[in-house]
Amino acid sequence: MDKSEKTDVVLLACGSFNPITNMHLRLFELARDFMNGTGKYRVIKGIISPVGDAYKKKGLIPAHHRIIMAELATKNSNWVEVDTWESLQKEWVETAKVLRHHQEKLEASNCDHQQNSPVLERSGRKRKWTEQRQNSSQKKSLEATPKGVPKVKLLCGADLLESFGVPNLWKSEDITQIVADYGLICITRAGSDAQKFIYESDVLWKHQSNIYLVNEWITNDISSTKIRRALRRGQSIRYLVPDLVQEYIEKHNLYSSESEDRNAGIVLAPLQRNTAEAKP
Amino acid sequence: MKSQIPVVLLACGSFNPITNMHLRLFEVARDHLHQTGIYQVIQGIISPVSDHYRKKDLVASHHRVAMARLALQTSDWIRVDPWESEQAQWMETVKVLRHHHQELLRSSPPMEAQNAGKAPTAPAAVPELKLLCGADILKTFHTPNLWKDVHIREIVEKFGLVCVSRAGHDPKEYILDLPILRQYQHNIYLAQEPVQNEISATYIRRALSQGQSVKYLLPDAVIAYIKHHRLYTMDSSWKDRSSQRSKGNTS
Repeated sequence: MDKSEKTDVVLLACGSFNPITNMHLRLFELARDFMNGTGKYRVIKGIISPVGDAYKKKGLIPAHHRIIMAELATKNSNWVEVDTWESLQKEWVETAKVLRHHQEKLEASNCDHQQNSPVLERSGRKRKWTEQRQNSSQKKSLEATPKGVPKVKLLCGADLLESFGVPNLWKSEDITQIVADYGLICITRAGSDAQKFIYESDVLWKHQSNIYLVNEWITNDISSTKIRRALRRGQSIRYLVPDLVQEYIEKHNLYSSESEDRNAGIVLAPLQRNTAEAKP
Repeated sequence: MKSQIPVVLLACGSFNPITNMHLRLFEVARDHLHQTGIYQVIQGIISPVSDHYRKKDLVASHHRVAMARLALQTSDWIRVDPWESEQAQWMETVKVLRHHHQELLRSSPPMEAQNAGKAPTAPAAVPELKLLCGADILKTFHTPNLWKDVHIREIVEKFGLVCVSRAGHDPKEYILDLPILRQYQHNIYLAQEPVQNEISATYIRRALSQGQSVKYLLPDAVIAYIKHHRLYTMDSSWKDRSSQRSKGNTS
């Protein structure tokens, strides 16, 4: 059967989502079309994981607002959802750890479906399935990864890829782990330097087969920074963000010069952590 | 404070289909005019071109009007007007402007709230009707035989232009290079859209015909309509071409 040869993929996007915009949502659509179009993958889910407040980025408003906006934005999506795990952690969490968390979560729930534990559902169908399990060969139960576990891949724009080059922003072992163990789907503007960037990095080059560059032909530069700037200037953001998000922002007056000054002068969490750890 | 001049923005085009970018033009133009302190934009009108325009891949006007209507469901100031699309033949833009200007004169309300307390019995100003477009339209004024000179003059002299361009692109040269435009440059407003948002309808049609997602590029309601009526599929582009060839009335 054709379906069983495809790898199920879950797209994970990390970021501030401050606020979420139509561009963020487009990343998912483009990535899904692309991965499904290769014939090798089937994208089954998209996860938006807003960063926690401990990230300390300038202008970052409280996570609960960013979560709500992302939820409003994905209300009409039947495959993209918001996950709050990262934002609920007290300390900032490295992206590699977020990937690992979600991959392990998928493996755990996959295992649950395959266990013949009597604690689980007792529906007629399940019981039949577990009977089959019991009859199957010993080999199967010794498999390291249960068959058909979806693979989590990091979805991002070219800016994230290129941020790998910023000193102390990423741990090099994290970058390696991300491209070696998970994989990257990078939506780039036509003519961007992403390919050059991969070429110039030994670790990215080594794992280039796990890095997918997807061309975005429509220049859709709806950055959150520009949204916040427009809001400060009393300019319309309609049709750049989902209507529900625009209404929410307006209702709660989320973005102003005051909000933009949050965390001013504070060192970004990853820089803080990686510099501290680097000290002898 | 002086009372502001009310303005109505009119956008002509294929809207084949309408996209978030079209809708943005209105928002950016309105913000820009408000910033001048002189104008108060009170209405936006989308006027889809008629099928007689004969542009490649143009789907039937009743669809394009319906899609625009769906897109504007959540807008409290922009509406679609099917008048142009219902005409028996293609209309020059200036004629569409004249028509809507007439309509505005006809339906001007007697007393407007903005005049309350300012000028005692002064009649409300008739809104100024301005043509809203992207900067690429300015460029097309230079194309020989595409526009009649007298029409260009009437558009910029009698009505006015609000031109939205991308940040970093300066359409000023299009204005200064053409004497007619240069003469009435005070009536040409250049608004900049800081967010690069080139959602071309051509791209949308191609993506749809290839079964790719266009979600978040146009309103969900428009996408649902397109899917329901099977517009812009691989074969429908052929259907439209042949039905346009065997002319009749607009379906």
